[in-house]
Amino acid sequence: MKALTKSIWVFHFAAASCNNCDIEILDALTPRFDLERFGILLVGSIRHADVILATGAISHKAAVRLKRLYEQAPKPCLVVAVGACACSMTMFRDSYNMAGPFDGLVPVHAYIPGCPPKPEAMIMGVVKLIKALKKG
Amino acid sequence: MAEEILAKIKEKFSWQILNIFEKSPRRAYIDLKPENIKEIVEFIFRRLRARFVIVSAVDTRNAIEILYHFSFDIEGKIITLRTKIDKQNPEIESVTPIIKGAEWIEREIYELLGVRFKNHPNLKRLLLAEDWPEGKYPLRRD
Amino acid sequence: MAKTIIPIGPYHPLQEEPEFFKLLVEGEKVLELEIELGYNHRGIEKIAESKSYDQVLFLVERVCGICSTSHPFASVNAVEELADIKVPERALYIRSIIGELERLHSHLLWLGLAGHFIGYNTVWMWAWRYREPVLDIFEKITGNRQHYAMMKIGGVRRDIESDDIPEIWKMVDGLLPVLDMFKGVVMDDPVIHARLKGVGILTKEDVFEYGALGPTARASGVAIDVRKDDPYAAYPLVDWQVITQEEGDVFAKAVVRILEMYESVKIIKGCLDKLKVVGGEIDAKVKEIPPGEGIGRHEAPRGEVFHYVRSDGSNRPVRYKIRAPSYMNVPTNQKSVVGGTISDATITLAAVDPCYCCTERVAVVDKKTGKKGLTGQDLIKLSQEKTLRIKREMVV
Repeated sequence: MKALTKSIWVFHFAAASCNNCDIEILDALTPRFDLERFGILLVGSIRHADVILATGAISHKAAVRLKRLYEQAPKPCLVVAVGACACSMTMFRDSYNMAGPFDGLVPVHAYIPGCPPKPEAMIMGVVKLIKALKKG
Repeated sequence: MAEEILAKIKEKFSWQILNIFEKSPRRAYIDLKPENIKEIVEFIFRRLRARFVIVSAVDTRNAIEILYHFSFDIEGKIITLRTKIDKQNPEIESVTPIIKGAEWIEREIYELLGVRFKNHPNLKRLLLAEDWPEGKYPLRRD
Repeated sequence: MAKTIIPIGPYHPLQEEPEFFKLLVEGEKVLELEIELGYNHRGIEKIAESKSYDQVLFLVERVCGICSTSHPFASVNAVEELADIKVPERALYIRSIIGELERLHSHLLWLGLAGHFIGYNTVWMWAWRYREPVLDIFEKITGNRQHYAMMKIGGVRRDIESDDIPEIWKMVDGLLPVLDMFKGVVMDDPVIHARLKGVGILTKEDVFEYGALGPTARASGVAIDVRKDDPYAAYPLVDWQVITQEEGDVFAKAVVRILEMYESVKIIKGCLDKLKVVGGEIDAKVKEIPPGEGIGRHEAPRGEVFHYVRSDGSNRPVRYKIRAPSYMNVPTNQKSVVGGTISDATITLAAVDPCYCCTERVAVVDKKTGKKGLTGQDLIKLSQEKTLRIKREMVV
């Protein structure tokens, strides 16, 4: 697990999200906040990923894909739920097409609440995650 | 200009139109029988060159109402064709053969309200998962 | 030649949202495109029926995070039409300012992503950097970077203080040289010309057949813009132009978006000027919503947003229909991508500025096992390599 703390490669999984957290994640990587300076890199394939950044509540169709993606990920693989929907589903709780929040389907290691969380909040979430990993 | 459009429709389809309701100068609703929808849609789309906006469907408990919204952009007017179909046997002629842009929305209404569109080229599910139970329509009020 | 299926999606780096495009190709040529949706369907229309009109605004705001004021904008237009509510003039200006600030940040966002797809990562980073001041202004006047919650039936939720006006003015002024730079980058770069001109052409007739909207339609010479056609908010009260281009290719779509940002700046400045002199209330008192139906429209960054609401006199809508612009724009890809090459497919798919959360309100292939195909990253790589090749040929 400690090896993960050096340079985290993240895979971005958008379930049924409204796009806002997704944009803020990308925003955190661009020059203003520049998460890349910590070695955090957005990767295109789940097979390269150390961390899955999950956004949005999960629709039935996406739930199947999420499980398959999680199986394909090299372990150890951490899951971070970004945004209120990913943490608790908020107003979409009663929808007919929702399979549940992330922690009902895959193990979630960190929650970053907010609608959407500010990039600063995401950075803080990542820092907390790294600290927790270092402790073991 | 805006009045002309309604006048043209009235003149051509005077005996098919059940009722015209002008909510405001920019919004008009025309009630029709389901069997006349296709030819009037064709007239409005092909001859009057109105932009197809969308179809909406409403479950009114005893019938399913289908609304075809068309926008006349130069006049800034929206004309809505409205028809009621039987809830026990919800079936209506598809307008996709006339308007390509209507393919998705008819598929959506098919899966969410269970309306069968006759002669639709590709009537299958659009949004819901493959394992969604048959005969369960989320937007119906039962 | 053998036909190959190239799956794009549902989860891959080309799109930040899930969507499944199936490209049937023969060699380099795209023969067919199939689009599959449903990954993002949240059933918002159904949820709306269980919320009061005030709550619906917060719900429809979450239809889409990028155009997050467009849906509440159309929603208040619909309910105000239904209940015949007169909105105070000051609120109209504030609404338009919010709407145009959103267009600025959304178009900059698209410009960055488009740059990324053709291998100009610098454009991506720059565009997103210059997007930040717009978000800062949003945070200042609404309290949130996105999801501003400014719209309210009968008015707006927050006023723009006169102390904030110079700052907004300074920010939009600061954007002008940036826009000049991007205009130069797109208009004068021979590589971008070679890459985008004549690619993914959508004709006027296609626009009509598919009912395409917004910049996608305007780039094909169809001058539709709800702000002019069916005037609302403060748009008829300030001076601005509808931007059109005739070619209908990806280049025209980029040009339309860049030139539109200048118009947005113009509208914002016009509204700010008026805000200095128009005082008074920012919201009308709304008692109850009568039975009836209303249609609300708003020109979102991607095109017309259409909301249909039906009321039975209670405090909740009986039916709430949302039609987002991408719902009409995405199917046009079936016309514009087919016949082109695979390396152009990425930028063409991206050119309509698709927004799937809107499309489904209510969807890159997991690598279909066993099928020979390219991954999404390979696709972007193909696209970026083509740019490099053109660069080398042109000796830039």
